[in-house]
Amino acid sequence: MTERKHKEAYEDIPGTWVFDAQRARKGYHLNEFLYSLMKAENRKAFLANEAEYTRKFKMTEEQRQAVLKREWNRLLELGGVSYALAKLAFTDGKSYQYMASQMTGVTEREYVDMMLKGGRSPEGWRSKSERQGKH
Amino acid sequence: MARIIAGVGTSHTPAIGAAVDNGKTNEPYWQPLFKGYEPAKKWMAETKPDVVIMVYNDHVNAFDFKIIPTFALGCGEEFPIADEGWGARPVPAVKGHPELAAHLVQSLVLDEFDMTIVNEMQVDHGLTVPLTLLFGTPKAWPCRVIPLAVNVIQYPAPTGHRCYMLGQAIAKAVASWEEDLKVVIFGTGGMSHQIQGPRAGLVNAPFDQAFLDGLSRDPQRLAAIEPLEYLRDAGAEAIELVMWLIMRGALGERVKEVHRFYHVPASSTAVGNIILESA
Repeated sequence: MTERKHKEAYEDIPGTWVFDAQRARKGYHLNEFLYSLMKAENRKAFLANEAEYTRKFKMTEEQRQAVLKREWNRLLELGGVSYALAKLAFTDGKSYQYMASQMTGVTEREYVDMMLKGGRSPEGWRSKSERQGKH
Repeated sequence: MARIIAGVGTSHTPAIGAAVDNGKTNEPYWQPLFKGYEPAKKWMAETKPDVVIMVYNDHVNAFDFKIIPTFALGCGEEFPIADEGWGARPVPAVKGHPELAAHLVQSLVLDEFDMTIVNEMQVDHGLTVPLTLLFGTPKAWPCRVIPLAVNVIQYPAPTGHRCYMLGQAIAKAVASWEEDLKVVIFGTGGMSHQIQGPRAGLVNAPFDQAFLDGLSRDPQRLAAIEPLEYLRDAGAEAIELVMWLIMRGALGERVKEVHRFYHVPASSTAVGNIILESA
């Protein structure tokens, strides 16, 4: 499979932004901001003044607004990687499962319940074209 | 002579570490999982390896995006525990085996696996959760640990086939070390899971069960699984399973399966555990 065909194939997976080299390139400064939240003093500085703290990083205005608004899916689309985004959720005192629930558009309780029932079945979630065929 | 006596496959979900650290292991949510790991813990206590080679991935903790090594071997004397954003896990620092690690690097590079050498790095849940699951909560870890960090965060990760061959080269390298050492190799991460986007929470139990079967009986089939298949069928983060193939590759053709456990969920993850002894 050529690289292009390969990319087309993984871009056909619904509800997923594959963190490939191009997306990583766009997300570099956003992810470096998120990485800075590993340090307790940075978490504190960020929470004290989010707008000011985020301006220290060379991310785009679009990325910065998505951080301030906690638009999780938008952050993925703009090159944020889930493990780095989790550091923003932790800074807010939230969990991975909270972050995942926000990305899937349900409450944290509903998300946890879905997992307890065995998780999301891959049926109907393998390809965008397959999903469109069903509507 | 040093030799790899067994391989352990296990998930490394951070919530499992948090459950132990916060004394929640007997809560109804967690009790079945920790009960399921009891036989593996018992096996480990009896096996008493001298060295563990821990194949895992860093989750934007030791490595941010300044440098992204595909295969990074920890050659230092000690690896401190990372603060991943909620404080460092209260577990002992990890002691390396610099002499054996240096030997592995030399042997692997001559075998055409161009390892990145890391003399100082912090280790995160990817490495510490498997230690907790198999060794419990001792004051000091009872063996040396050589970390082998694999990039599975930025796509593409190394292919399963490449990982399997790396495992074979690791076995060869260990066998050419003169000191008498019992080595256990871990492959960690997975199993099916996705923690990003509207498809988060995906679990594919039949895929996972077939993967466990394949480790035991037909690893060549697993080594041929395309990266895309992991993503599509088992979730974006299931690509971590390629790390289990490094472990499997290091065990030789035939293995004896001595333990298997599968459980859903731990947070967003399907949890698997398998122990394979070299035949």
